Amino acid sequence: MIDVNCFIGPFPFRELPHPDPDVLVRVLAREGLEGAWVGHLPTAFHRDVTAGNEALFAALEPHRAVLEPVPAIRPGWPHWQLALANAHADGARAIRAYPMQWGMGAHDARLAELAHACAEIGLPLVLTTRFEDVRQRSALDASSDLSGAHIRAIVRADPNLRVVVTCAGRALIEESHWGLTPSERARLWWDISWIWGPPEDDLAHLLQTVGADRFLFGSAWPLRLVQSPIANLELLPSELRALLVADVP
Amino acid sequence: MAEAALAPLAGRTPLVDVHAHFYHPASGRADWQRVNAARLHAGERIGIRAHVASILGSWGHSSPTYFPSPADVTAGNDAMLDIAGEHPDRIRCYVSVNPNDTAHAREEIARCVERGAVGIKLAASRRADDPLVDPIADEASRRGLPVLHHIWQHRTREWPSQEISDGEDLGRLAQRHPRASFILAHIGGGGDWAHSCAAVREIPNIYIDLSGSGVDRGMLDLAYASVGASRLLWGCDITMETGLAKLRALETVGLGEDELADVRWRNAARIFPHNALPGIPTSGVAARRTDARARVTQ
Repeated sequence: MIDVNCFIGPFPFRELPHPDPDVLVRVLAREGLEGAWVGHLPTAFHRDVTAGNEALFAALEPHRAVLEPVPAIRPGWPHWQLALANAHADGARAIRAYPMQWGMGAHDARLAELAHACAEIGLPLVLTTRFEDVRQRSALDASSDLSGAHIRAIVRADPNLRVVVTCAGRALIEESHWGLTPSERARLWWDISWIWGPPEDDLAHLLQTVGADRFLFGSAWPLRLVQSPIANLELLPSELRALLVADVP
Repeated sequence: MAEAALAPLAGRTPLVDVHAHFYHPASGRADWQRVNAARLHAGERIGIRAHVASILGSWGHSSPTYFPSPADVTAGNDAMLDIAGEHPDRIRCYVSVNPNDTAHAREEIARCVERGAVGIKLAASRRADDPLVDPIADEASRRGLPVLHHIWQHRTREWPSQEISDGEDLGRLAQRHPRASFILAHIGGGGDWAHSCAAVREIPNIYIDLSGSGVDRGMLDLAYASVGASRLLWGCDITMETGLAKLRALETVGLGEDELADVRWRNAARIFPHNALPGIPTSGVAARRTDARARVTQ
Protein backbone atom coordinates (compact mmCIF):
# COMPACT_ATOMS: atom_id res chain seq x y z
CA MET A 1 0.00 0.00 0.00
CA ILE A 2 1.25 3.47 -0.95
CA ASP A 3 0.71 6.63 1.11
CA VAL A 4 -0.23 9.29 -1.46
CA ASN A 5 -0.22 12.16 1.02
CA CYS A 6 3.14 12.79 2.66
CA PHE A 7 5.44 15.76 2.93
CA ILE A 8 8.89 16.57 4.09
CA GLY A 9 10.02 19.86 5.55
CA PRO A 10 8.85 22.19 8.30
CA PHE A 11 5.43 23.77 8.74
CA PRO A 12 5.38 27.53 9.23
CA PHE A 13 2.87 27.61 12.07
CA ARG A 14 4.03 24.98 14.52
CA GLU A 15 6.92 22.65 15.26
CA LEU A 16 6.74 19.26 13.56
CA PRO A 17 8.79 16.37 14.95
CA HIS A 18 11.39 15.15 12.46
CA PRO A 19 9.78 15.97 9.08
CA ASP A 20 12.71 14.36 7.30
CA PRO A 21 12.85 11.82 4.47
CA ASP A 22 14.94 9.25 6.36
CA VAL A 23 12.41 9.34 9.21
CA LEU A 24 9.57 8.94 6.73
CA VAL A 25 11.26 5.88 5.27
CA ARG A 26 11.46 4.35 8.75
CA VAL A 27 7.83 5.23 9.50
CA LEU A 28 6.65 3.60 6.28
CA ALA A 29 8.61 0.44 7.09
CA ARG A 30 7.29 0.36 10.64
CA GLU A 31 3.70 0.64 9.43
CA GLY A 32 4.09 -1.83 6.58
CA LEU A 33 3.67 0.72 3.80
CA GLU A 34 5.51 0.22 0.55
CA GLY A 35 6.13 3.80 -0.44
CA ALA A 36 4.87 7.35 -0.46
CA TRP A 37 4.14 10.29 -2.70
CA VAL A 38 6.01 13.14 -1.10
CA GLY A 39 5.59 16.89 -1.38
CA HIS A 40 7.63 19.71 0.11
CA LEU A 41 5.55 21.25 2.88
CA PRO A 42 7.02 24.76 3.09
CA THR A 43 6.57 25.21 -0.65
CA ALA A 44 2.82 25.33 -0.16
CA PHE A 45 3.33 28.68 1.53
CA HIS A 46 5.94 30.07 -0.85
CA ARG A 47 5.01 32.41 -3.67
CA ASP A 48 7.73 31.00 -5.93
CA VAL A 49 7.85 27.20 -5.76
CA THR A 50 11.16 26.83 -7.58
CA ALA A 51 13.52 26.53 -4.63
CA GLY A 52 11.19 24.19 -2.74
CA ASN A 53 10.96 21.84 -5.69
CA GLU A 54 14.73 21.76 -6.01
CA ALA A 55 15.01 20.98 -2.30
CA LEU A 56 12.42 18.21 -2.63
CA PHE A 57 14.19 16.40 -5.46
CA ALA A 58 17.55 16.73 -3.70
CA ALA A 59 16.24 15.45 -0.36
CA LEU A 60 14.47 12.47 -1.90
CA GLU A 61 17.32 11.45 -4.17
CA PRO A 62 18.77 8.85 -1.74
CA HIS A 63 15.31 7.37 -1.15
CA ARG A 64 13.77 7.32 -4.60
CA ALA A 65 13.01 3.60 -4.43
CA VAL A 66 10.45 4.36 -1.72
CA LEU A 67 9.71 8.09 -1.83
CA GLU A 68 8.33 9.52 -5.06
CA PRO A 69 8.52 13.29 -5.52
CA VAL A 70 5.37 15.32 -6.01
CA PRO A 71 6.54 18.86 -6.69
CA ALA A 72 4.31 21.92 -6.77
CA ILE A 73 3.64 23.83 -9.97
CA ARG A 74 2.13 27.28 -9.73
CA PRO A 75 0.35 28.10 -12.99
CA GLY A 76 0.75 31.65 -14.12
CA TRP A 77 4.21 32.03 -12.63
CA PRO A 78 6.79 32.89 -15.31
CA HIS A 79 8.09 29.74 -17.03
CA TRP A 80 5.74 27.43 -15.13
CA GLN A 81 5.32 25.23 -18.19
CA LEU A 82 9.07 24.69 -18.30
CA ALA A 83 9.08 23.90 -14.58
CA LEU A 84 6.38 21.30 -15.21
CA ALA A 85 8.29 19.76 -18.08
CA ASN A 86 11.44 19.58 -15.95
CA ALA A 87 9.56 18.01 -13.04
CA HIS A 88 8.17 15.41 -15.40
CA ALA A 89 11.61 14.70 -16.82
CA ASP A 90 13.02 14.38 -13.29
CA GLY A 91 10.50 11.68 -12.43
CA ALA A 92 7.74 13.49 -10.61
CA ARG A 93 5.01 11.00 -9.69
CA ALA A 94 2.30 13.67 -9.65
CA ILE A 95 1.95 17.44 -9.36
CA ARG A 96 0.72 19.37 -6.35
CA ALA A 97 -1.21 22.63 -6.60
CA TYR A 98 -2.43 24.94 -3.82
CA PRO A 99 -5.13 27.20 -5.27
CA MET A 100 -6.30 28.43 -1.87
CA GLN A 101 -2.81 29.45 -0.77
CA TRP A 102 -2.28 31.15 -4.14
CA GLY A 103 -5.55 33.04 -4.01
CA MET A 104 -7.00 31.38 -7.09
CA GLY A 105 -10.77 31.08 -7.42
CA ALA A 106 -12.53 27.98 -8.60
CA HIS A 107 -12.75 29.17 -12.18
CA ASP A 108 -9.34 30.80 -12.43
CA ALA A 109 -8.11 30.23 -15.97
CA ARG A 110 -4.63 29.42 -14.67
CA LEU A 111 -5.92 26.32 -12.89
CA ALA A 112 -7.57 25.15 -16.10
CA GLU A 113 -4.28 25.63 -17.92
CA LEU A 114 -2.50 23.53 -15.29
CA ALA A 115 -5.19 20.87 -15.64
CA HIS A 116 -4.63 20.72 -19.40
CA ALA A 117 -0.87 20.59 -19.00
CA CYS A 118 -0.95 17.79 -16.41
CA ALA A 119 -3.40 15.81 -18.50
CA GLU A 120 -1.20 16.18 -21.54
CA ILE A 121 1.84 14.66 -19.83
CA GLY A 122 -0.21 12.12 -17.91
CA LEU A 123 0.54 13.24 -14.36
CA PRO A 124 -2.18 13.31 -11.70
CA LEU A 125 -2.88 16.61 -9.98
CA VAL A 126 -2.92 16.51 -6.16
CA LEU A 127 -5.01 19.07 -4.28
CA THR A 128 -4.93 19.61 -0.50
CA THR A 129 -8.15 20.44 1.30
CA ARG A 130 -6.45 21.68 4.48
CA PHE A 131 -3.26 21.41 6.44
CA GLU A 132 -4.77 22.03 9.87
CA ASP A 133 -8.19 22.09 11.45
CA VAL A 134 -9.72 25.51 10.86
CA ARG A 135 -10.16 25.98 14.61
CA GLN A 136 -6.46 26.02 15.33
CA ARG A 137 -5.02 28.00 12.46
CA SER A 138 -2.67 30.87 12.96
CA ALA A 139 -4.08 34.29 12.19
CA LEU A 140 -1.45 34.41 9.47
CA ASP A 141 -2.86 31.26 7.86
CA ALA A 142 -5.86 32.95 6.31
CA SER A 143 -6.58 30.49 3.49
CA SER A 144 -9.93 28.78 3.39
CA ASP A 145 -10.36 25.06 2.94
CA LEU A 146 -10.38 23.88 -0.67
CA SER A 147 -13.93 24.17 -1.99
CA GLY A 148 -16.07 21.72 -3.86
CA ALA A 149 -16.39 24.31 -6.61
CA HIS A 150 -12.62 24.23 -7.08
CA ILE A 151 -12.57 20.45 -7.29
CA ARG A 152 -15.44 20.22 -9.74
CA ALA A 153 -14.04 22.96 -11.96
CA ILE A 154 -10.58 21.41 -12.10
CA VAL A 155 -11.90 17.92 -12.85
CA ARG A 156 -14.12 19.32 -15.60
CA ALA A 157 -11.29 21.38 -17.08
CA ASP A 158 -9.83 18.47 -19.04
CA PRO A 159 -11.38 15.08 -19.85
CA ASN A 160 -8.06 13.31 -19.40
CA LEU A 161 -6.96 14.86 -16.12
CA ARG A 162 -6.71 12.61 -13.06
CA VAL A 163 -7.15 14.37 -9.73
CA VAL A 164 -6.34 13.24 -6.18
CA VAL A 165 -7.82 15.31 -3.35
CA THR A 166 -6.30 14.90 0.11
CA CYS A 167 -7.52 15.71 3.62
CA ALA A 168 -11.19 16.01 2.67
CA GLY A 169 -14.10 15.00 4.90
CA ARG A 170 -17.36 13.37 3.98
CA ALA A 171 -19.29 16.54 3.13
CA LEU A 172 -16.73 17.81 0.64
CA ILE A 173 -16.32 14.38 -0.90
CA GLU A 174 -20.05 13.94 -1.39
CA GLU A 175 -20.73 17.39 -2.83
CA SER A 176 -17.85 16.99 -5.26
CA HIS A 177 -18.44 13.38 -6.28
CA TRP A 178 -22.17 13.62 -6.79
CA GLY A 179 -21.74 16.98 -8.51
CA LEU A 180 -19.82 15.38 -11.35
CA THR A 181 -20.82 13.11 -14.22
CA PRO A 182 -19.92 9.41 -14.00
CA SER A 183 -17.01 9.87 -16.40
CA GLU A 184 -15.74 12.84 -14.39
CA ARG A 185 -16.03 10.95 -11.09
CA ALA A 186 -13.96 8.15 -12.57
CA ARG A 187 -11.00 10.54 -12.76
CA LEU A 188 -11.23 11.74 -9.15
CA TRP A 189 -9.73 9.99 -6.11
CA TRP A 190 -9.70 10.84 -2.41
CA ASP A 191 -7.27 10.00 0.32
CA ILE A 192 -8.72 8.73 3.61
CA SER A 193 -6.60 10.79 5.99
CA TRP A 194 -9.40 13.06 7.21
CA ILE A 195 -12.48 10.83 6.90
CA TRP A 196 -14.14 9.86 10.17
CA GLY A 197 -14.43 6.27 11.27
CA PRO A 198 -16.72 4.84 13.93
CA PRO A 199 -19.17 5.54 15.39
CA GLU A 200 -20.23 7.96 12.62
CA ASP A 201 -18.68 5.54 10.11
CA ASP A 202 -18.22 8.11 7.36
CA LEU A 203 -15.50 6.01 5.73
CA ALA A 204 -17.66 2.90 5.64
CA HIS A 205 -20.54 4.93 4.25
CA LEU A 206 -18.45 6.47 1.51
CA LEU A 207 -16.92 3.17 0.48
CA GLN A 208 -20.41 1.82 -0.04
CA THR A 209 -21.91 4.85 -1.78
CA VAL A 210 -19.10 6.61 -3.64
CA GLY A 211 -17.23 3.34 -4.15
CA ALA A 212 -14.07 1.79 -2.74
CA ASP A 213 -12.27 2.29 -6.04
CA ARG A 214 -12.29 6.03 -5.49
CA PHE A 215 -10.24 5.98 -2.26
CA LEU A 216 -6.53 5.87 -1.62
CA PHE A 217 -4.45 5.50 1.49
CA GLY A 218 -3.08 8.81 2.74
CA SER A 219 -1.95 10.12 6.09
CA ALA A 220 -0.83 13.78 5.79
CA TRP A 221 2.42 12.83 7.51
CA PRO A 222 4.30 14.66 9.08
CA LEU A 223 1.35 16.87 10.02
CA ARG A 224 -0.78 13.98 11.27
CA LEU A 225 -0.31 10.52 12.70
CA VAL A 226 0.06 7.83 10.06
CA GLN A 227 -1.51 5.46 12.60
CA SER A 228 -4.90 7.15 12.17
CA PRO A 229 -5.86 6.03 8.63
CA ILE A 230 -4.44 2.59 9.44
CA ALA A 231 -6.69 2.36 12.49
CA ASN A 232 -9.60 3.56 10.39
CA LEU A 233 -9.05 0.70 7.92
CA GLU A 234 -8.75 -1.83 10.72
CA LEU A 235 -12.07 -0.75 12.21
CA LEU A 236 -13.93 -1.21 8.93
CA PRO A 237 -16.15 -4.25 8.51
CA SER A 238 -14.02 -6.99 7.01
CA GLU A 239 -15.94 -7.02 3.72
CA LEU A 240 -15.19 -3.33 3.17
CA ARG A 241 -11.60 -3.64 4.34
CA ALA A 242 -11.03 -6.21 1.61
CA LEU A 243 -12.06 -3.71 -1.07
CA LEU A 244 -9.46 -1.15 -0.21
CA VAL A 245 -7.38 0.43 -1.41
CA ALA A 246 -7.73 1.51 -5.03
CA ASP A 247 -4.73 1.33 -7.29
CA VAL A 248 -3.04 4.68 -7.37
CA PRO A 249 -3.76 6.61 -10.55
CA MET B 1 -12.65 -16.12 11.99
CA ALA B 2 -15.53 -14.05 13.33
CA GLU B 3 -14.57 -10.47 14.18
CA ALA B 4 -15.77 -10.88 17.74
CA ALA B 5 -13.23 -13.62 18.27
CA LEU B 6 -10.30 -11.53 17.09
CA ALA B 7 -7.87 -10.16 19.62
CA PRO B 8 -8.64 -6.54 20.54
CA LEU B 9 -6.76 -4.14 18.29
CA ALA B 10 -5.42 -2.29 21.31
CA GLY B 11 -4.49 -5.41 23.22
CA ARG B 12 -5.97 -6.97 26.33
CA THR B 13 -4.68 -4.52 28.92
CA PRO B 14 -7.60 -2.70 30.54
CA LEU B 15 -8.75 0.35 28.61
CA VAL B 16 -11.12 3.14 29.71
CA ASP B 17 -12.63 5.68 27.33
CA VAL B 18 -13.22 8.67 29.60
CA HIS B 19 -14.93 10.73 26.89
CA ALA B 20 -17.76 8.97 25.09
CA HIS B 21 -21.20 10.09 23.94
CA PHE B 22 -24.43 8.36 23.09
CA TYR B 23 -27.66 9.46 21.43
CA HIS B 24 -31.34 8.95 22.18
CA PRO B 25 -34.69 9.21 20.37
CA ALA B 26 -35.02 12.95 21.12
CA SER B 27 -31.58 13.72 19.68
CA GLY B 28 -33.07 14.67 16.35
CA ARG B 29 -31.25 12.09 14.30
CA ALA B 30 -32.94 9.06 12.87
CA ASP B 31 -29.85 6.87 13.04
CA TRP B 32 -29.24 7.26 16.78
CA GLN B 33 -29.47 3.54 17.47
CA ARG B 34 -27.03 2.73 14.68
CA VAL B 35 -24.50 5.21 16.04
CA ASN B 36 -24.82 3.87 19.58
CA ALA B 37 -24.39 0.31 18.34
CA ALA B 38 -21.42 1.34 16.22
CA ARG B 39 -19.69 2.78 19.28
CA LEU B 40 -20.13 -0.43 21.21
CA HIS B 41 -19.03 -2.56 18.26
CA ALA B 42 -15.91 -0.47 17.66
CA GLY B 43 -15.26 -0.55 21.39
CA GLU B 44 -15.23 -4.33 21.29
CA ARG B 45 -12.81 -4.33 18.36
CA ILE B 46 -10.50 -1.87 20.08
CA GLY B 47 -10.76 -3.52 23.49
CA ILE B 48 -12.49 -0.80 25.50
CA ARG B 49 -13.62 -2.19 28.83
CA ALA B 50 -15.42 0.90 30.07
CA HIS B 51 -17.06 3.74 28.14
CA VAL B 52 -17.69 6.71 30.45
CA ALA B 53 -20.26 8.67 28.53
CA SER B 54 -22.66 11.58 28.51
CA ILE B 55 -25.60 12.89 26.54
CA LEU B 56 -25.80 16.65 26.14
CA GLY B 57 -29.53 17.30 26.43
CA SER B 58 -31.26 16.92 23.09
CA TRP B 59 -28.05 17.50 21.11
CA GLY B 60 -29.53 20.75 19.83
CA HIS B 61 -32.83 19.32 18.69
CA SER B 62 -35.14 21.06 21.17
CA SER B 63 -32.67 23.36 22.95
CA PRO B 64 -29.05 24.23 22.06
CA THR B 65 -26.44 21.57 22.70
CA TYR B 66 -24.34 23.92 24.79
CA PHE B 67 -27.22 25.82 26.38
CA PRO B 68 -29.67 23.01 27.15
CA SER B 69 -32.96 23.63 28.89
CA PRO B 70 -33.52 21.96 32.27
CA ALA B 71 -36.04 19.61 30.70
CA ASP B 72 -33.57 18.55 28.02
CA VAL B 73 -30.78 18.14 30.57
CA THR B 74 -32.97 15.80 32.58
CA ALA B 75 -34.15 13.87 29.53
CA GLY B 76 -30.60 13.45 28.29
CA ASN B 77 -29.36 12.26 31.66
CA ASP B 78 -32.25 9.83 31.96
CA ALA B 79 -31.49 8.42 28.53
CA MET B 80 -27.81 8.08 29.40
CA LEU B 81 -28.60 6.35 32.67
CA ASP B 82 -30.90 3.96 30.81
CA ILE B 83 -28.19 3.11 28.31
CA ALA B 84 -25.72 2.51 31.13
CA GLY B 85 -28.31 0.35 32.82
CA GLU B 86 -28.68 -1.75 29.67
CA HIS B 87 -24.90 -2.31 29.55
CA PRO B 88 -23.72 -2.47 33.16
CA ASP B 89 -20.69 -4.47 32.10
CA ARG B 90 -19.17 -1.67 29.98
CA ILE B 91 -20.91 1.71 30.25
CA ARG B 92 -20.87 4.32 33.00
CA CYS B 93 -22.21 7.83 32.79
CA TYR B 94 -21.51 11.43 33.61
CA VAL B 95 -24.35 13.59 34.81
CA SER B 96 -24.50 16.55 32.42
CA VAL B 97 -25.59 19.91 33.87
CA ASN B 98 -26.10 23.53 32.85
CA PRO B 99 -24.59 25.77 35.57
CA ASN B 100 -26.96 28.61 34.65
CA ASP B 101 -29.69 26.60 36.38
CA THR B 102 -27.87 26.15 39.66
CA ALA B 103 -30.63 24.51 41.66
CA HIS B 104 -31.52 22.16 38.85
CA ALA B 105 -27.87 21.28 38.32
CA ARG B 106 -27.46 20.33 41.97
CA GLU B 107 -30.65 18.31 41.91
CA GLU B 108 -29.52 16.49 38.79
CA ILE B 109 -26.18 15.63 40.31
CA ALA B 110 -27.83 14.20 43.41
CA ARG B 111 -30.47 12.36 41.42
CA CYS B 112 -28.13 10.88 38.83
CA VAL B 113 -25.38 9.90 41.28
CA GLU B 114 -28.03 8.01 43.19
CA ARG B 115 -28.78 6.16 39.91
CA GLY B 116 -25.11 5.46 39.25
CA ALA B 117 -23.47 8.46 37.57
CA VAL B 118 -19.74 8.48 38.27
CA GLY B 119 -18.72 11.96 37.11
CA ILE B 120 -19.99 15.39 36.10
CA LYS B 121 -20.00 16.71 32.54
CA LEU B 122 -19.77 20.44 31.90
CA ALA B 123 -19.98 21.64 28.33
CA ALA B 124 -20.04 25.27 27.23
CA SER B 125 -22.99 26.84 29.02
CA ARG B 126 -20.83 29.03 31.20
CA ARG B 127 -17.12 29.84 31.14
CA ALA B 128 -15.15 27.50 33.40
CA ASP B 129 -13.89 30.23 35.72
CA ASP B 130 -17.33 31.82 36.16
CA PRO B 131 -18.53 31.85 39.79
CA LEU B 132 -21.67 29.99 38.70
CA VAL B 133 -19.51 26.93 38.11
CA ASP B 134 -18.29 26.94 41.72
CA PRO B 135 -21.39 25.22 43.15
CA ILE B 136 -20.90 22.41 40.63
CA ALA B 137 -17.23 22.08 41.53
CA ASP B 138 -18.21 22.08 45.21
CA GLU B 139 -20.50 19.14 44.53
CA ALA B 140 -17.70 17.38 42.68
CA SER B 141 -15.30 17.89 45.59
CA ARG B 142 -17.82 16.81 48.18
CA ARG B 143 -18.85 13.70 46.28
CA GLY B 144 -15.45 12.74 44.89
CA LEU B 145 -16.58 12.96 41.27
CA PRO B 146 -14.29 14.04 38.43
CA VAL B 147 -15.50 16.88 36.21
CA LEU B 148 -15.12 16.44 32.45
CA HIS B 149 -15.07 20.00 31.11
CA HIS B 150 -15.52 20.76 27.41
CA ILE B 151 -12.55 22.84 26.30
CA TRP B 152 -11.69 24.86 23.22
CA GLN B 153 -7.91 24.66 23.03
CA HIS B 154 -6.98 28.35 23.23
CA ARG B 155 -9.94 30.69 23.08
CA THR B 156 -8.88 33.53 20.80
CA ARG B 157 -12.37 34.85 20.15
CA GLU B 158 -16.01 34.07 20.81
CA TRP B 159 -17.72 31.40 18.73
CA PRO B 160 -21.47 31.20 18.19
CA SER B 161 -23.78 28.97 20.21
CA GLN B 162 -21.35 28.30 23.02
CA GLU B 163 -19.58 30.01 25.88
CA ILE B 164 -16.27 28.37 25.37
CA SER B 165 -13.53 27.82 27.94
CA ASP B 166 -9.87 27.12 27.44
CA GLY B 167 -7.09 25.65 29.55
CA GLU B 168 -6.43 28.87 31.40
CA ASP B 169 -10.11 29.26 32.31
CA LEU B 170 -10.22 25.69 33.58
CA GLY B 171 -6.99 26.27 35.46
CA ARG B 172 -8.55 29.07 37.47
CA LEU B 173 -11.48 26.85 38.40
CA ALA B 174 -9.23 23.94 39.32
CA GLN B 175 -7.08 26.13 41.54
CA ARG B 176 -10.17 27.28 43.42
CA HIS B 177 -11.19 23.63 43.96
CA PRO B 178 -7.99 21.68 44.64
CA ARG B 179 -9.82 18.64 46.05
CA ALA B 180 -11.69 18.01 42.81
CA SER B 181 -10.25 16.33 39.72
CA PHE B 182 -10.85 18.09 36.41
CA ILE B 183 -10.55 16.49 32.99
CA LEU B 184 -9.56 18.92 30.24
CA ALA B 185 -11.64 17.57 27.38
CA HIS B 186 -10.37 16.43 24.00
CA ILE B 187 -6.91 17.88 23.51
CA GLY B 188 -7.42 16.84 19.87
CA GLY B 189 -10.87 18.38 19.68
CA GLY B 190 -10.00 21.63 17.98
CA GLY B 191 -7.95 24.69 18.77
CA ASP B 192 -4.35 25.19 19.76
CA TRP B 193 -3.42 22.23 21.94
CA ALA B 194 0.01 23.64 22.66
CA HIS B 195 -1.67 26.46 24.57
CA SER B 196 -3.63 24.02 26.72
CA CYS B 197 -0.57 21.93 27.54
CA ALA B 198 1.23 25.01 28.77
CA ALA B 199 -1.79 26.39 30.60
CA VAL B 200 -2.38 23.34 32.80
CA ARG B 201 1.19 22.09 33.17
CA GLU B 202 1.52 23.05 36.83
CA ILE B 203 -2.04 22.46 37.98
CA PRO B 204 -1.96 18.96 39.45
CA ASN B 205 -5.71 18.36 39.61
CA ILE B 206 -6.19 18.82 35.86
CA TYR B 207 -5.91 15.73 33.67
CA ILE B 208 -5.64 15.93 29.89
CA ASP B 209 -8.03 13.75 27.92
CA LEU B 210 -6.44 12.70 24.63
CA SER B 211 -9.67 12.36 22.67
CA GLY B 212 -10.84 14.30 19.63
CA SER B 213 -10.59 13.93 15.89
CA GLY B 214 -7.29 15.81 15.75
CA VAL B 215 -4.23 13.61 15.31
CA ASP B 216 -1.56 16.25 14.90
CA ARG B 217 1.94 14.89 15.22
CA GLY B 218 3.64 16.54 18.16
CA MET B 219 0.46 16.85 20.21
CA LEU B 220 0.95 13.68 22.23
CA ASP B 221 4.65 14.39 22.66
CA LEU B 222 3.89 17.81 24.11
CA ALA B 223 1.07 16.61 26.35
CA TYR B 224 3.33 13.90 27.77
CA ALA B 225 6.22 16.30 28.24
CA SER B 226 3.95 18.85 29.90
CA VAL B 227 2.06 16.82 32.47
CA GLY B 228 3.57 13.32 32.38
CA ALA B 229 1.81 10.00 31.93
CA SER B 230 0.20 10.26 35.36
CA ARG B 231 -2.06 13.09 34.17
CA LEU B 232 -3.09 11.77 30.77
CA LEU B 233 -6.39 9.98 30.19
CA TRP B 234 -7.30 8.04 27.08
CA GLY B 235 -10.56 8.71 25.27
CA CYS B 236 -12.21 8.86 21.87
CA ASP B 237 -15.05 11.41 21.88
CA ILE B 238 -16.75 11.16 18.48
CA THR B 239 -13.97 9.53 16.45
CA MET B 240 -12.77 6.17 17.66
CA GLU B 241 -10.17 5.50 15.00
CA THR B 242 -8.22 8.50 16.23
CA GLY B 243 -8.34 7.06 19.73
CA LEU B 244 -6.84 3.80 18.57
CA ALA B 245 -4.22 5.66 16.58
CA LYS B 246 -3.19 7.71 19.59
CA LEU B 247 -2.79 4.62 21.73
CA ARG B 248 -0.33 3.25 19.20
CA ALA B 249 1.40 6.58 18.82
CA LEU B 250 1.98 6.82 22.57
CA GLU B 251 4.30 3.86 22.24
CA THR B 252 6.34 5.60 19.59
CA VAL B 253 6.38 8.75 21.70
CA GLY B 254 8.27 6.65 24.22
CA LEU B 255 5.93 5.75 27.05
CA GLY B 256 6.89 2.60 28.87
CA GLU B 257 4.52 -0.21 29.71
CA ASP B 258 3.78 1.15 33.17
CA GLU B 259 3.10 4.63 31.83
CA LEU B 260 0.85 3.25 29.12
CA ALA B 261 -1.15 1.46 31.79
CA ASP B 262 -1.55 4.79 33.58
CA VAL B 263 -2.98 6.38 30.46
CA ARG B 264 -5.11 3.41 29.45
CA TRP B 265 -6.87 2.84 32.77
CA ARG B 266 -4.96 3.45 35.99
CA ASN B 267 -5.34 7.23 36.07
CA ALA B 268 -9.07 6.81 35.45
CA ALA B 269 -9.27 4.29 38.26
CA ARG B 270 -7.61 6.88 40.51
CA ILE B 271 -9.94 9.79 39.85
CA PHE B 272 -13.30 8.08 39.45
CA PRO B 273 -15.04 6.79 42.57
CA HIS B 274 -13.67 3.54 43.91
CA ASN B 275 -14.87 0.51 41.97
CA ALA B 276 -16.90 2.76 39.67
CA LEU B 277 -15.57 1.42 36.37
CA PRO B 278 -16.61 -2.00 35.10
CA GLY B 279 -13.83 -4.44 34.40
CA ILE B 280 -11.19 -2.13 35.81
CA PRO B 281 -9.11 -3.42 38.70
CA THR B 282 -8.71 -1.16 41.70
CA SER B 283 -6.36 -3.24 43.82
CA GLY B 284 -3.02 -1.55 44.03
CA VAL B 285 -4.37 1.70 42.61
CA ALA B 286 -4.15 4.55 45.05
CA ALA B 287 -7.41 6.43 44.71
CA ARG B 288 -7.11 10.17 44.48
CA ARG B 289 -10.63 10.45 45.83
CA THR B 290 -12.67 8.24 48.11
CA ASP B 291 -15.94 6.54 47.38
CA ALA B 292 -18.57 9.07 46.34
CA ARG B 293 -21.32 7.95 48.63
CA ALA B 294 -18.98 7.48 51.56
CA ARG B 295 -17.79 11.04 51.16
CA VAL B 296 -21.33 12.43 51.12
CA THR B 297 -22.22 10.65 54.32
CA GLN B 298 -19.11 11.70 56.20
